[in-house]
Order: sequence, then C-alpha cells, then structure tokens
Amino acid sequence: MTVRRATAVITGTKPGRARQPWVLVLPALLWTALFFVLPLAVMVVHSFWQRQGYRLVREWTLVNYEKFFARSYFLESLINSIEVTALVTVTSVLLAYPLAYVLAEKVPVRWQRTALVLAIVPFWTSYVVRSYSWLLILSESGVISGSLQFLGVVDGPVSLANNRGATVMGFVHFFTMLLTLTIFANLKQLSPNYRRAAADLGAGPVRTFVHVILPLTLPGIMVGAFLTFVLCIGDYITPQILGGNQELLLPQTIMLQIARRSDFPMASAMALVLMIVVSVVYLACARWLRLERA
Amino acid sequence: MNERSGGPGRRASIYPSPRRATRGLTAAVAVVLSWTAGIGAGAAEELNALVWCDHTDTALIEPFEKKFGVRVNTKEYEGTGTALSIIEQSRPGDWDIWVIDGVDVPRAIDLGLLATLPADQLPLADVFEQVRMTDVTQRDGKTYAIIEKFGYNTIAYNRAKVDPADMTDIAVMWNEKYKDRIAIYDYYIPVMDMVALGLGMKPNEISDATLPKIRDGLFRMKDVARTVSDVVASQTALATGEVDILIGGGEWAIATLTDENPNFEWVLPEQGGILWAQSLAVFETSRRKDLAVEFVKYVMSPEGQARLATSSCFWGMPANSRAGAHLTDEQKRRLRWDKREEYLANSYRYFIPDAELDAKMLDVWTEMLQH
Repeated sequence: MTVRRATAVITGTKPGRARQPWVLVLPALLWTALFFVLPLAVMVVHSFWQRQGYRLVREWTLVNYEKFFARSYFLESLINSIEVTALVTVTSVLLAYPLAYVLAEKVPVRWQRTALVLAIVPFWTSYVVRSYSWLLILSESGVISGSLQFLGVVDGPVSLANNRGATVMGFVHFFTMLLTLTIFANLKQLSPNYRRAAADLGAGPVRTFVHVILPLTLPGIMVGAFLTFVLCIGDYITPQILGGNQELLLPQTIMLQIARRSDFPMASAMALVLMIVVSVVYLACARWLRLERA
Repeated sequence: MNERSGGPGRRASIYPSPRRATRGLTAAVAVVLSWTAGIGAGAAEELNALVWCDHTDTALIEPFEKKFGVRVNTKEYEGTGTALSIIEQSRPGDWDIWVIDGVDVPRAIDLGLLATLPADQLPLADVFEQVRMTDVTQRDGKTYAIIEKFGYNTIAYNRAKVDPADMTDIAVMWNEKYKDRIAIYDYYIPVMDMVALGLGMKPNEISDATLPKIRDGLFRMKDVARTVSDVVASQTALATGEVDILIGGGEWAIATLTDENPNFEWVLPEQGGILWAQSLAVFETSRRKDLAVEFVKYVMSPEGQARLATSSCFWGMPANSRAGAHLTDEQKRRLRWDKREEYLANSYRYFIPDAELDAKMLDVWTEMLQH
C-alpha cells in the first residue's frame, strides 16, 4: 500500500482529493515565486555585478561588498540601523506589554473593542502623513515645545525633531500599537485556569505574573518583537522625514544609491547585507522559541 | 447534509475540483485580459506623461485636455534615476511625454529614449538665451528637448529672523552666527556646486583634486546645520520656524509658502547661485507623437508657461520670456522677475560630472550625511 493510499484510508478521502489543497495553495505559491523568489534571485545576481560609469557590467565580482565593508560611512549606516531598531523594539515592547495587559485583564470586556479600535486608529492614516505630522509635533513651534514652555519647564522653544530621538519616537508610536495587538491576542488566549492554579498554590498576583503569565506570553512577545524588528530595520520613510539626515540608516543609504545614481548592484549588495542581518535575528528567535518549547 | 453544515460527509467538497479551479482561473484571466485590452483601446485618446510634480496641477493640464479632448495621465517621479527605472520596467510606447532635468538630457539621448522635436514649431527664440542650453538639448542639429522652466538653488530665508544682508554672502552656509538655524537641501550636485562657489571656485572646477576641499566645506556646513532634508521636510522646517535659512532653496521652495508667511524671501548671493532647468521631451517610442508635440507646444506657450511657473506644487521661472505678460505683479515679485537678467548673468549651471566623479561626489555626500 502506498503512503498516499494509506493516508487516504486513514483520512477517509479518495486518493485524488489529497491533491486538492495544493490547488488552493498554488496561487499563493506562484505569487510568492514570481514576486518574491524571482526578484530576490535577480537582486542576488545584481549584487555580484557592478556599475561602471553608466553601464552595468555583468561580470561576477565582490566589489560592492568590499566597498560596503571598507567604507566606514556605509558600515556606520548598518550599525545605526541595528542600534535604532534595537532601541525601538525594546521600547515598544516595554510600552506595549503593560498596555496590552491592562486592556486584556483590567478593562471590562465591553470596552475592550473600543480600546482596540483606538489602538489601531493610527494605522488608518497614511504612513508618510503620520511621519510629517510628527515633524510638526516635535518642531520648535509644535505641541511639545509649546506645552513645555507653558508649564515653565523650559524658557524658550525647544526642538525635538531632526535627530535620532525623533526617528525613534515616530517608530515607537507605530510599533507600540502593533505590539499591543499581538500581545493582547496572546493574553486573551491564556486560560484563566493558570491564574487560578497559581493562586491555589499560594502565589500572589506579582508571583503569578512573573512565573506564569509572563513566561506563557513570551512567545507572543518574541513574534511581535521580531515583526517590529523586521519592519523597523527596513523602513526608509520615518528616518528620512524625522531624522533630518543627521545620521544615515541603511535603507537611506540604499535609496541614495538608487535614486541618485541608479546603482542597483551596490543597492542590491546593501539590501542583501540587511537581509542577512534580519535572517540571523530570525534564526536566533526561532532557536529561542524552540528551546522555550523544549 | 449540505455544505454549510460542515459535516464530515461533504468536507472534501469545500475544495474546488482541479477542473473547477482551472475554469475559475481561466475566467479570472479573461477578466484581467479584457480589462487590459480596455485600457489599450482607450489609450488612443490619452497621453501618458512622466513628470515632476508641477505638471500634475489641473490648472496646467485641464486647458490642454479640453482643447484637444484628450486625457493626460501624469506619473510623478523624483530623480532621473527613478525615471529610468520606471522606463526600464515599462513597455515601449507606454510613455509619451517626459519632464527631465535639463542636465540629464544628453544621457537620455545617449540611451535613445528621446524623439526629435520640430524646432521650427517651438518658440525657441522666446526662451531666455541663458537657458536655451542647446548644447544639452540639441545634438547634430536636431532638437531633442526644450527647457521649459528654471530657477535657482541658492539661499532662501525668513527675513524676520535673520539679517538679510548676511544672506547676500554665500558663506552664510557655514556662518556660526546661524548655527542650528540652517537646513540644507538634500541634493548633492547643487549643494556641492554652492560649496564650490563658497570656496571661491566655479562649479565646473570640482574634480578629483578639489573634492577634498569640497568635502571639508560640506563638513563645515553640516556642523552648523540643523537638518539636511528633502523638499517637503525643508519647507516644513522653514514654515514651523525650525530653521530660518534653507541652503539650496530658492523660489521653488518658498513661493508657495509665502501665502502663509510673507517674510520668506530668497536671494542670489554675490558669489552667484546654481541654475536648475527642467526640460520637456517626447519619447522616441511614443505612439502619439503628434499629440505629444502639441502638448509641448502648449506648455511652451506664454499662457502654459505662466501656469507652469506658478504651479501649486512648486514655482519657477518660465523659460519663455513672453510669459511675463500673463503673470500678476505679485507672482512676478515672488519670482524676482525684475532681477531676471542680473540673476541669470550671475548663475552657474549644474555641474555635470562624469560617471566616475559623480560616484565619488555621492560618496562624499554620504560621508557628510553620516558626519
């Protein structure tokens, strides 16, 4: 008896039906192959070519990678990206977890829906518009500067825009809400029996949270944090608008190569370096989650 | 038990059979193809234009559409590199009109992208002599593009916050007096040209040998600047009072802001400014060349020029000198129409580096941004 036939007997389906799920999956697979795998392959190939003058030289070379690692300002953009992304991810998690916890555990169920809608309201506006709005808020004549002056905290106008802090603030605003949603979903899935069992065993609220709730929600936090990491490290718009080019992050350096010089080979090499960083982080997360489960 | 009950007996039926799936796919493809064909059929009455944002203003486009009973589809882009990517990803014939940076026209001619224009039908004689730029728009006696609008990368400022006399010296870009009150326009060619002027060089003296000096100048400039930003962010910085001076700015950056704050001004310093010029061309592969040429003629007419000059996206001087008759006094004031001859005489065209030097200049710019 073939495996397929055996599977069919066990599942009670006719052998031909086993193929049917593939029919449904096929469009997504084709889409991914056409619009992700193929472009990625093209990008990999391009990264090993080079641009000489205005010509694309289709000869295998490592010159783009050599340039990237040899020039401090390129390498710095990668370091800046990692630093900013790490800061944003940690800050967002620290802000999102208590918010999600309060929403899931303290807010009455009938208000949770409203609270969640409020949490996702920022997603309804254009990302670019939102970033420019932050520029207005953080500028000298913005709300924060005005409030600080009104409260007598500062004597004159202060500007919080056009620096790394502004970039981080713009990012955190967006990703805190995203993380709140993922952690909230994770918290809601937890059975109340865990809490009851912990209480039965004599654990107080703090101990229950530290030893039961937090460990059980860590996988959700990790998934949310990884999502934040990926979206943040590849983002061009927020640092470009809010950072004031006081420093460059890697996506900005990539855009300089494309928009100013059409140097796609160099941009491809940089993008692949970025992708490798993301892959390493993904593997670390996946390994950690596997260890957690074990 | 029906399908909706979800009973195990009919569970497999929620999956379409391969034949049903194929039929569905075929139908979907047919719908997409008929839609695409519809676009193609309607295209005879449409012009597709790859443009800078000033050409998306309906006040400019609508009169042409009404006159010829056609529709002009505009796609906005920034930077010739981006435009070339769009063209590369398009099919021949997709595009009819191209608004391209004047200095990049030779590159587009080299690539065989531009059709020749009927010079005898265009108001070339009315174009300000200094911006005819026939050395870039013409080759072997044939005209491939026409300069339609120009302006300056120079110094824009808020006269209520700075001493206007200081603005007439290009050294203001590294003047400690205005530390943290300066924004730099994020485009390496014109700003490096300005740095050259500030160092007593002409823009076309930028070379491998002088690049280290330019680099030092850029670093000095960055040390006193609050931000290096794109057009919108620069305008926002000026409008919110974040900065008072925009290096690389000009009429194009502040004319539309002047409604809100009449204190915004721009000036060409004594050392001179950098002249930018955008041109209009027709694609070689256009299937509607006659109509595309009509569009060029319309934009180059005095009326079209006045509308283009005062586009809601950004202002600039009309290349056609006869457009002045269609501009109001206030519009002329914002464009510094009275100074046109003086400014044109004291300005330098964008320096066009060869590809190798261009790469080095961009590297220096990147280094400055990271500084």
